Amino acid sequence: MPKAKERDRSCDHLFTSGHTACPGCGQSLAVRLVLRAAGRNVIVVNSTGCLEIFSSKFLESSWEVPYIHSLFENVGAVASGVEAALRITGQLDDIRVIAMAGDGATADIGFGAISGMLERGHDILYVCYDNEAYMNTGIQRSGATPNYARTTTSPPGRASLGNTRPKKDLPQIVAAHGVPYVATASVAYIPDLDKKVKKALSIRGPKYIQVHVPCPLGWGTDPSRTIEFARLAVNSGLFPLFELEEGETRARKIAKKVPVEDYLREQVRFRHLFGKDGSLPEVEEIQGIADRNIERYGLITKQTG
Amino acid sequence: MTKKMMQGCRAIAEMATLCRPQVVSAYPITPQTVIVEELAQIVADGNLKAEFVNVEGEHSAASLVLGASATGVRVFTATSSQGLLLMAEVVFNIAGMRLPVVMVNANRSVSAPLNIWNDQQDSMTVRDSGWLQLYAENNQEATDLLLQAYRIAEDHRVMLPVMVCVDGFMLPHAYEVVDVPSQEEVDAFLPPHKPIYKLDPGKPLTMGAYAEPDKYMETRYMIQHTLEAAIPIIEEVAQEFKRSFGRSSGGLFEEYRVDDASTVIVVLGSVAGTVKDLVDDLRDQGQKIGVLRLIAYRPFPKEALCRALGNAEDVVVLEKALCLGSSGPLALDLRSAFHGRPASPKISGFTIGLGGRDITGDDIKSAVDRAHLQLTDIDFVGLREDLELEGINA
Repeated sequence: MPKAKERDRSCDHLFTSGHTACPGCGQSLAVRLVLRAAGRNVIVVNSTGCLEIFSSKFLESSWEVPYIHSLFENVGAVASGVEAALRITGQLDDIRVIAMAGDGATADIGFGAISGMLERGHDILYVCYDNEAYMNTGIQRSGATPNYARTTTSPPGRASLGNTRPKKDLPQIVAAHGVPYVATASVAYIPDLDKKVKKALSIRGPKYIQVHVPCPLGWGTDPSRTIEFARLAVNSGLFPLFELEEGETRARKIAKKVPVEDYLREQVRFRHLFGKDGSLPEVEEIQGIADRNIERYGLITKQTG
Repeated sequence: MTKKMMQGCRAIAEMATLCRPQVVSAYPITPQTVIVEELAQIVADGNLKAEFVNVEGEHSAASLVLGASATGVRVFTATSSQGLLLMAEVVFNIAGMRLPVVMVNANRSVSAPLNIWNDQQDSMTVRDSGWLQLYAENNQEATDLLLQAYRIAEDHRVMLPVMVCVDGFMLPHAYEVVDVPSQEEVDAFLPPHKPIYKLDPGKPLTMGAYAEPDKYMETRYMIQHTLEAAIPIIEEVAQEFKRSFGRSSGGLFEEYRVDDASTVIVVLGSVAGTVKDLVDDLRDQGQKIGVLRLIAYRPFPKEALCRALGNAEDVVVLEKALCLGSSGPLALDLRSAFHGRPASPKISGFTIGLGGRDITGDDIKSAVDRAHLQLTDIDFVGLREDLELEGINA
């Protein structure tokens, strides 16, 4: 173990290796990047989920910062309590509170507590790692699962094409609370993620960053292609990268637009949309979602479009 | 100390204030509401330096004080009934994480049907969660137990949460004379909280780690062991309370005319006053009867109870709670405590006063008479006679 002073030179190791995440896990990479940007003067509050399981096993913790896990749906409230304690003891200028949760904990079971946390104005950065289903319990549908994705509880079959509902628009719902900073980010765009975390932590009050993190196990993708799929999600327009701040929306432009088919075709969770005779009309519907995102957030400038 | 005529809610809020919690969070539910309203005003008036956090539900109230306690500060919350049930998941979690949270539960029935009045089904539901549970008879004791609860919870030999149970409406809404100690007296009895572990970037640690089958069972062993070890600590804190404040309060249980009693009524909470009156009447009529009012229900002081009740012929347990489909929780605990011992009294159990049903001296006497006639596993006392009730032994 290096001495504390040596460790301070870099914050790369605040989330250490040796955890038990799957190969190619987008979330574990994103956690390391978030902590690298945040530094060591933080307290991490984590909901139950993959991250908690693969990083916090008793006596094998990967956390070099203070870390607390309580339950699945209460991360917003536990983080609020940590913040309240820091506030009353005058430590809030020195220590940042970061809540970390998956998309299921955020969109579904923990939403009430998160809404309360946002509405009360706690000085907390909430990071949602979005891999678009309940991966820890074995790939069940969450409110953040996109249209027509196969999950174990939204399986395609003769009478179904998988998840029939659109992805819950969490960033806009969070923004509707009137919080000072909301952003989306992707594990494929590291400087962008780094910048957004640092910016969020420079702002007082509730902040929200939703990071898109592919899950090879849940999506049926090769572990070596995690970053590639994350990039395709962004460049197709299906996962737009933007910031919502003081009523302004700023989007990260797409360098080169790709058709959604390029993103969908090689993921097992969308394979049922592609047959011998070509793709189903639902692929066009998904293309429509991407096109509307591109329009809504101005993801493409005229020159590159 | 100042003796004042005051509402129970106010007395509890004043004592909570004197204990200097730094984070208070609660969600309104009758009949707890006034306690937190009073605290909100006390904080608003600048008379308690605390974060008072209004949350969106009891699950979050408990979670919020969990987070604050893990960060090393003293916390307070209060709830009742459905609120406690909604918290239940967090209640277990707080104990498992060994956090010295203190909560007041204003005992109320459980829905359905919706009913806001007093019984003790709510706190009984979480009796096995790892919390210590102390039941108060009156508002003086409610405030005294609240003060003692912090001492017990934060004792480094304990580090477990404590629930102070007060019978809803009976105590929080009743006006009684309460002796409220001064801040200096409370500070002398309750030093600042010194957590053994807390969330601190200067000394990072992982709290709420997950445990595989090779580790989990030991966590429960340790809580069980600590709860057993907390029995003498509860007594020790009560003795110190007596030395500091000059009067007795708290401890494991109170005995009233038990010494030579052949029949002992066992109860929890505020009904003890009515029972004591009846015991006096029956004593006047020549019956050798007494009452044992249990204060510490968790940990359950088996040995002390068996010593106190071992010479009785009949023990009559009157409970405002019921393990539906089984028997009364306190009666079951007592029978289990006596199991296998050479001498055991006959332990009869009765369900009384559910959903705020009045408990009269006649009700209690009828239970005693029935117990004398026949050992009773579980029976209801005070049922309406004008309704046809199938399947109930009349």
